[in-house]
Amino acid sequence: MRVVLAEDLYLLRDGLVHLLQAHGFEIVAAVESGPELLRALLDERPEVAVVDVRLPPTFTDEGLQAALAARRAIPGLPVLVLSQHVEQLYARELLADGTGGVGYLLKDRVFNSGQFIDAVRRVASGGTAMDPDVIAKLLASNARHEPLGRLTPREREVLELMAEGRSNAAIAQRLFLSESAVGKHTANIFAKLDLAVSDDDNRRVLAVLTYLNGTRS
Amino acid sequence: MVFRTVVGFGRGLVLFTLAVTNMVMLAITAVVFVLCFGLGMVFLFPVTVRMVRGRAGQARAVARAWSGVEIAAPYRAAPPPPQPQRDGWYREGRQLYRTSLVPSFNRTWSWMIKDPATWRDFAWLLAEPLVGGLLAISPLLMVGYGVVLARVGQPVEVLAGVVLVVAGVLVAPRIARVHGLWTRLLLAPTLKARLANEVRHLTQVHTEVVDSQAAELRRIERDLHDGAQARLVAIGMTLGAAEELMDSDPKAAKALIAKVREASAASLIELRQLVRGIHPPVLAERGLGDAVRALALDSPLKVTVSVELPVRPEAPVESAAYFVISELLANASRHGDATNVAIDISHRRSALRVTVTDDGHGGADPSRGSGLRGIERRLSAFDGVLALHSPPGGPTVATVELPRAFSADACGSTLPAWKQKLMGVCWGLFWLPLFPQGLVAMFMKIFGADERSWFLALYMPEPLQWPVIIGMIALGAGMVWFAAKAAQQAKERDDA
Repeated sequence: MRVVLAEDLYLLRDGLVHLLQAHGFEIVAAVESGPELLRALLDERPEVAVVDVRLPPTFTDEGLQAALAARRAIPGLPVLVLSQHVEQLYARELLADGTGGVGYLLKDRVFNSGQFIDAVRRVASGGTAMDPDVIAKLLASNARHEPLGRLTPREREVLELMAEGRSNAAIAQRLFLSESAVGKHTANIFAKLDLAVSDDDNRRVLAVLTYLNGTRS
Repeated sequence: MVFRTVVGFGRGLVLFTLAVTNMVMLAITAVVFVLCFGLGMVFLFPVTVRMVRGRAGQARAVARAWSGVEIAAPYRAAPPPPQPQRDGWYREGRQLYRTSLVPSFNRTWSWMIKDPATWRDFAWLLAEPLVGGLLAISPLLMVGYGVVLARVGQPVEVLAGVVLVVAGVLVAPRIARVHGLWTRLLLAPTLKARLANEVRHLTQVHTEVVDSQAAELRRIERDLHDGAQARLVAIGMTLGAAEELMDSDPKAAKALIAKVREASAASLIELRQLVRGIHPPVLAERGLGDAVRALALDSPLKVTVSVELPVRPEAPVESAAYFVISELLANASRHGDATNVAIDISHRRSALRVTVTDDGHGGADPSRGSGLRGIERRLSAFDGVLALHSPPGGPTVATVELPRAFSADACGSTLPAWKQKLMGVCWGLFWLPLFPQGLVAMFMKIFGADERSWFLALYMPEPLQWPVIIGMIALGAGMVWFAAKAAQQAKERDDA
């Protein structure tokens, strides 16, 4: 799978290159600044891009801006954004076009290489990978939202994992449940939140995220 | 009109009576001076000074109420009370005292005697009956004397009497203002006193800023020392142990390395929180508007944010504004029971203005809440002010204004160049049309002088002479008006 990587710290970039290569990814470009990234994304049209938010020359949100610009030029270009901090604001901007194929993770998640690689693959296949911190913030700021209060603790757990972008199978494995049990929980959640049920994992996740974002805009 | 005149006479009379009481105080003061500096009864001095200050303060209040003449109190700030040492004694220079009585008196004494305002008060006390009193009573005197003169019956005296009465009646409504201006002459702070007060205020602000900065640095140092630093040491040690075990017991080594990973993740979380407290990353990346939007998204309240800023404010101001908004938002959810909050960020010339409105139950009081005190401290470093309107039952409106938040040219705060040049030309040349070519020519025309000198209008054919004169006067007046208006504009922008 062809990957474009943008990270300005040499050590981290090198580490990521090794990690991705070890899992069978092909690094077509490993860049260290915003303009370079945008050029690489548009020229190489990778199957997935792994991008650091803060990049030179401005050391502001160059990486995010480049990723958003590339996605405007190539709709649905899968981008996984890494950051030292996560903000709902940035998550919203990434999700705004509603096409999926986005990920937004804390850099710490790289520590767990298995889950990180899983997230990269998920994004590459058009799914989403939201950091648990983003989801926790999203739910916390929805604390006063009434329909969410009607969920059982178990349903809430399932909702959190689903919002992160995981499939039913992954959720089942994570919570030590059978896949059919997870299916029942998700059906309940969708009923309680009054959302249209969809079999497609990706569309389901987007629906949940849009719902959580939409309750407070 | 009649009412104003009557009130004017009444006020004159009251001011005169008050001035007469000065004489009583003056007599007391004279006696005290003799007792104090002649016989050493120094304890009488502060009492007398307080009495005179009370009277002077009253005169200032009267000036403000009756004539709108604002007179600030010119006195230096009172000295802080003496603090006992650890052993309970009070040290004053090389002396020790058992109670605070003597040191406290010494402080008061030197505070009063070294303040020029004290002596200006005494000068005023002396001069007020002579000048102020006579000034205040003059309309009544004029009317009275006019009546006396008029009753003499001779035509000249009657005329003089009538003129005096009319003058008295005309002067009466304005006398309080004249008296106020006279009061300001001696009782207002001198330029030096004003500067001294300003310096004292700045010193205090500076100290507070330095203190809070030092405290902040200490907190950061402690957090790093106890948190990330300690964890890194632990990580190093664990890695060392894992290295040793690698060959003999790979399983244990693996467990140790897993632990290291957990520790590094934990220290990352700590560092992240620390960084958020120092300078939030969104603020660095996106500026105030988006940083506040991010705050709004993280808040459980329903927050609407509207931002209208032409450019990013200066970084320190931006950071202060961010933390103030964050604190106000936290207050709204913590104490106010609010559900909706509106945050409005805008600018007025070079000042940054933030309004936070919530629909909570109100009743916030800056003197009680330590959070609000913290906000004020943070703002004071930038000469910012917090205005809080929080009636019981709500809604609470907090308005924060930070002056000079934007660099001057970013807001176009100076006048455009053409306007400045035109202003200079107007100031420099307005006299030319206004006086010689306008007014002087007009008088020469009125009195039919033979001389024509260099007055353009007088060389004109007869029917054009008046229009040219009036045109010249209008041109000169217009130039003055424009220059004055431009100067006023420039001043306003500078102040902002």
